[in-house]
Amino acid sequence: MGEVTMLRYSALICASIILASGVVSAQSDVTVDTSQLKGPRPLEEETKAAAIRDYLESWQAMDEAFQRDQPGRLDEDFIGTAKEKLAEAVDEQTKAGIHTLYQDRAHHIQFLFYSPEGLSIELIDDADYDVQVFDHDKAISKVPVSARYIVVLTPAEVRWKVRVMQASSQ
Amino acid sequence: MKKTLTLLFGGLFLALTLGAHAQDDALTVPSSIVAGSAFSVQSAGSGEGTLYIVGPDQVLKRTVQLGTPTYFTAGSVYNAGHYIVILAQASGTTTRTLDVTPVSAPSSLSFLAKPSRLPVGLHDGITGAVYVFDVYHNLIFAPASVSFELSTPSGAVQKQLAATRAGAAWTEMDSTSQQGNSKFVARDGDVSSTAVIRQVPGDPCDLKMSATPAGQLLDLHTDPVRDCSGNAVPDGTIVTFTENFPGGQSTVDVPLKRDIAEVKMPAHDGATISVASGVVLGNQIRWGK
Repeated sequence: MGEVTMLRYSALICASIILASGVVSAQSDVTVDTSQLKGPRPLEEETKAAAIRDYLESWQAMDEAFQRDQPGRLDEDFIGTAKEKLAEAVDEQTKAGIHTLYQDRAHHIQFLFYSPEGLSIELIDDADYDVQVFDHDKAISKVPVSARYIVVLTPAEVRWKVRVMQASSQ
Repeated sequence: MKKTLTLLFGGLFLALTLGAHAQDDALTVPSSIVAGSAFSVQSAGSGEGTLYIVGPDQVLKRTVQLGTPTYFTAGSVYNAGHYIVILAQASGTTTRTLDVTPVSAPSSLSFLAKPSRLPVGLHDGITGAVYVFDVYHNLIFAPASVSFELSTPSGAVQKQLAATRAGAAWTEMDSTSQQGNSKFVARDGDVSSTAVIRQVPGDPCDLKMSATPAGQLLDLHTDPVRDCSGNAVPDGTIVTFTENFPGGQSTVDVPLKRDIAEVKMPAHDGATISVASGVVLGNQIRWGK
C-alpha cells in the first residue's frame, strides 16, 4: 500500500514538473516508478524530473523526424547508437517513399539503474502509441502499439540524451 | 424457436471463425526472430501487394507476389525492436507484429569507469558500469555474468562478478595500495573493455622533520615523505615550515624534491618549529632554552 502511495506521489510530482515545463503534449499520460531502481547513486528529484522531461521530448523529436523525413531533428535529443539507428531508419523510409507518424499516448516509466559515476540512467518505458504509415501521402494503416522500451540516457551539455532506445518483447 | 436460435448463433460463430482464419491466413509472420537472421513472410491470395516492415529502428518496403513466401535474407532486419508488418493489397491491408530480439552472444561492451585518477587506498573509490551489446549494437537484455578486474602494476588483481540486469551491470572497488597505472577490465565471455586508472599516492603519513644548526640558521629537513601505504609522495607537493618565536612568526612553503623538503630558517632561541603538508601535521621542534 505504501509503495502504491509512493508511486502515485512520485508520478504526481513528475507529471506536475512535466506539465509545468510545457514541453509534452497534453494527451500523453505519464506514470513513474522508482521502486526498481538499483545502483549506489541516489536519484535526486531534479535529476529524475529532468530525465523524464528530456526522454518524453525525445519522442516528439522522433515523431518530427519521421513525419518530416528530417533526421536532423534527432540531434538535440539522441546520441550514439540510438541516433544512428533512427537516422538510418528515416533515410530508409525517405528512399522508400514512406513516412510515418508516431503519436505517443501513454508512458509507464520505471527507473532501473543510475550508474555510480552518474553518466547513465537506464529505464523501462511501457509505451502506448499509434503508428500511422503513409506511402507517397496515401494513408496505408494506423496501428495502435503497446511496446516495452529499454532506454539508456546519458548526460550531454545541458540535457539528458537518449543513447539506447530499444523495444523488447514483453 | 430454440433450434432456430441455436442454428443462427452456430452459423454466426462458424462464419466469424472462418473469417478470422481467412484474416489470419492473409499474412503469416514469425512472432519473433533473432536480429540478423533470415526469415520469411507468407501471404495469401494472388496478384501483387506491398509489404511494409516498419519500426523506429528500421524501415523496409517490398513488392510481393501474393500467395508465395517472401524471403528476407540474413542481415535484412538487424536492429532489435518491435516492428509492424503491413501487407497492402487491392482488397485492403493486413497488419501483424514482429519482435526482433538481440543476438545472445556479446560483441562489445560500453564501459564507464571513474575516476581516471585517484589516491591509493580509497574504499569504494573506483566505480565501473557496463552495458552489453551484440554485433548489431543491440543491448542484450538476457542476464549475463560480467567480471570486473582491477590489476596493479605488480600484477595483484581484485576481481568481482556482477550479473547484468536489462543489459547493465556495475561494481565498486577499492583503489589499491600501490601507486601507478592500474588496468580496470570489464569482461563478458571473450569480450572485454579496458580503462586505465591512475592511482597516485595519498596524503603524507608520519611527516617527520629534524633540525641541524648551521651558524645563525637552522637547517630543517624532513625524512622522505611517504603516504600511509609507503608510496613516495610526488615531488612538488608543498610542505610548510612554521617557526614561532618570541615576538614573531615566519612561515616558509617548500616543494618536495626527491621525497624531501629542506629549508634554512633563523635559529631563534626559544622558537617552536612545526611542519605540515596540506591537512597533515608533522612533529614539532623546540629550539634553544
